[in-house]
Amino acid sequence: MAETAAHATPHRQIGDVIMKVENVSLSFGGVRALDNVSFDVREHEILAIIGPNGAGKSSMLNCINGFYHPQKGSIYYKGKRRDTARTYESAEEGIARTFQNIALFRGMSTLDNIMTGRNLKMKKNWFWQAFYYGPALKEELEHRAKAEEIIDFLEIEAIRKTPVGRLPYGLQKRVELGRALAAEPDLLLLDEPMAGMNYEEKEDMVRYILDVNDEFGTTIILIEHDMSVVMDVSDRVVVLDYGKKLAEGVPDEVKANPDVIDAYLGVSHD
Amino acid sequence: MSGEPTAMSGLDTFPKLLARNSNVRGDKPASREKDYGIWQTWSWSDVAGEIRALACGLAALGFQRGDRLAIIGDNRPHLYWAMTAAQAVGGVPVPVYQDSVAEEMQYVLEHAECRFAVVENQEQVDKLLEVRDRLPKLETIIYHFPRGMRHYTQDFLHLYADVQDKGRRHDQSNPGLYDGEVARGKGDDLAIMLYTSGTTGRPKGVMLSFDNCILTAKNAAEWEGLTDDDEMLAYLPMAWVGDNIFSVGQAYVTGFCVACPESSDTVLDDLREIGPTYFFAPPRIFENILTTVSIRIEDAAGWKQAMYHYFMDVAARVGRDILDGKSASMSDRIKYWLGEILVYGPLKNVLGLSRMRLGYTAGEAIGPDIFDFYRSLGLNLKQLYGSTEASVFITIQPNGDIRSDSVGVPAPGVDIRVEETGEVMFKSPGVFQAYYKNDDATRDTKTQDGWVHTGDAGFLDEDGHLKIIDRAKDVGKLNDGTLLAPKYLENKLKFFPYVSEAVTFGSARDYVAAFINIDLEAVGNWAERRGLAYTGYTDLAGRPEVLDLIKDCVDKVNADLAGDEKLSGSQIKRFLILHKELDADDGELTRTRKVRRNVVSERYGDLIAALYSDATSCPVEVTVTFEDGRTDTIRANLQIREGEIVRAGAARAA
Repeated sequence: MAETAAHATPHRQIGDVIMKVENVSLSFGGVRALDNVSFDVREHEILAIIGPNGAGKSSMLNCINGFYHPQKGSIYYKGKRRDTARTYESAEEGIARTFQNIALFRGMSTLDNIMTGRNLKMKKNWFWQAFYYGPALKEELEHRAKAEEIIDFLEIEAIRKTPVGRLPYGLQKRVELGRALAAEPDLLLLDEPMAGMNYEEKEDMVRYILDVNDEFGTTIILIEHDMSVVMDVSDRVVVLDYGKKLAEGVPDEVKANPDVIDAYLGVSHD
Repeated sequence: MSGEPTAMSGLDTFPKLLARNSNVRGDKPASREKDYGIWQTWSWSDVAGEIRALACGLAALGFQRGDRLAIIGDNRPHLYWAMTAAQAVGGVPVPVYQDSVAEEMQYVLEHAECRFAVVENQEQVDKLLEVRDRLPKLETIIYHFPRGMRHYTQDFLHLYADVQDKGRRHDQSNPGLYDGEVARGKGDDLAIMLYTSGTTGRPKGVMLSFDNCILTAKNAAEWEGLTDDDEMLAYLPMAWVGDNIFSVGQAYVTGFCVACPESSDTVLDDLREIGPTYFFAPPRIFENILTTVSIRIEDAAGWKQAMYHYFMDVAARVGRDILDGKSASMSDRIKYWLGEILVYGPLKNVLGLSRMRLGYTAGEAIGPDIFDFYRSLGLNLKQLYGSTEASVFITIQPNGDIRSDSVGVPAPGVDIRVEETGEVMFKSPGVFQAYYKNDDATRDTKTQDGWVHTGDAGFLDEDGHLKIIDRAKDVGKLNDGTLLAPKYLENKLKFFPYVSEAVTFGSARDYVAAFINIDLEAVGNWAERRGLAYTGYTDLAGRPEVLDLIKDCVDKVNADLAGDEKLSGSQIKRFLILHKELDADDGELTRTRKVRRNVVSERYGDLIAALYSDATSCPVEVTVTFEDGRTDTIRANLQIREGEIVRAGAARAA
């Protein structure tokens, strides 16, 4: 029924190009991790990057958020060239990410982990922070309110005060998403958000990714191996293989592309 | 009911009581809800304003006197307000179990002919939209949480806050509308329709008047001495009569504050933060809390364990006597006092029960060990016996005279008699008006002169305490004529922490046999301690070690039964552990988690046949429905074990 299918086809307005990746090449010694890769990212869309192991997907994300700097080519974000930017600069410009292997502060509570995502938004200097009462307290309360909004959004109220190390894997992934959201990003990079999850956890995660995109209009670049997930959630797909871009397009096009099938999907065709 | 006295002069409906509370105790808290991590509080005058706005908003949308308003969602102040708002403009709220699947909702909404629905969130909206084409009468859906609803463009969907805004404008342009409508309400008007969970067949719509609800709530509140300083946590389904009487009826009558949990996962945390003085929970919750405590104590340091066990022994010996005001030696009192400081007080604090003055449990029989545990800590936990048709209260255990094998004495205003067949009947101010559109059922249940059949078999003892054995229709006989009370046996089994559910058979058979569900948490923990690896429920349930564990429980029940002359013949001869947990989504339990015996025996006919043959195992394949509606098949080969039958004479030794 069309009325209930609101989730499957979000009615977002996909906007202009927000990020341009042009002829990016990156090598580590003799290994060419990325070879002349170009693609665009449009505002409010969900773009999936897929490819076999070692295809250069994570390297691509690392170039985008400034952890690696490509030797050739350029990356433009909101019209500004930024392929030599530092990671903290990209964070300031509204790029947040999650990691393939969870990178949370395991001994800290869910709430505290999410609060660390607000770090860059805290403007009071160390003097006020040390004094705490007054402006710093007021600021902290504002950030706490934002963190609570995220807790509400991701439905993790019950684990608000639980140390993250004690949580099951699926919930840790959700907390990590929460921390990324706390920075109120315009562009969210998700590195295998569903790796190692069971079916139910995946289903939850897909729902939250769609909700984030829908509710906050966040542009999302997503690396994922689960094809059914990729085909369901993404607006466009970029396929990498041995550092080269193999294909780009809407999921159905990509799925039908014989090169992609050869390289990745592994279905024989005669 | 005509002829019954009205509840209080002039205060015969909930909207009128609301106006009184707003005038008399306008600044006292009425509702609390945890939102964004902070407890939000609404005073009685705030609540009166919110309800007035919503009521006028409903009127502006075309809600008429006599219209039914379906209410679907978790316990939320806004949904409680919707009940009173509907009543204020002469409508009838119909709360629906929030975890019902779309088809179940469709039945209730169709049967109650609801024109309007107030729901919590997108999930519930989606369910209604799914069956909307089969609900021609449903015109308007109002939702509380806007999240995810941005792209729903249907014009019959309204945001709760928008309806209230509309109501405020409507109120201004029609002054006197709200007060006029409230004044038109009378005590014998229909106040609410509650659908019974339906242990057998389709749910029935129980119609309760304002007099039913208000008189019953008032009588019990006065008997227990509830005041407007009390506070309770409402977390049981709004569609259940108890929640309606406790969280609405008694709250409006006495003016106490009702807090709603943040989410169903956080109830235990919320309990700790709110520290209610008045608390209701089904036995399952008390069991869960006790299980958690036991598990955590086993993980504690040695000296802490020793201290815990020492003082819990003291409490078990004298705690209940001290609570009941009976005599206890001075040394025991000193030890108990020390225990209160070192163990009981901190424990109650951790559980959120420090302030608890009054706790009820009902719905199922509670295990004597569990019941005694709480009472020995000094918590005034009591059993009550009731039904939807009685507006809850039939009997309550009286303060100072608690017996674990009885459900207490008749509640104020209630008359009880036991038929020759053994069935318990009652008559009270809370007796329901009728079942909606089901005169046959009404006639079967309610006699001309207002007595109601409970369907439960029981007897009154010499002190007037009521003891319930089982459902009257379930009490049967074995082929050799031995009395069989299946529920009684099942409860005995369920009192073991390892058994979460049991179903016994034996009527018109040669011996008693049982299906058992293990408690995944308790048995899982037991297995972990023994280094027993398992993948899930089905795997664990099939382990021979687990079967041995359950056999011990069955043997203990048998030994116990052997001591009872009437029941010694109904010992459990053969049993098996089911490969899946009985589930309400599969129709095996009701939404209030009671076993649907006929569904179970139909679905597992092969297993029953195997229990009454010589087979030592039985292959099984069953289709299960997940919460999202997907189905899957579970296959297993179930082992059948024999329980040890104890001869009646040997009972005392065992």
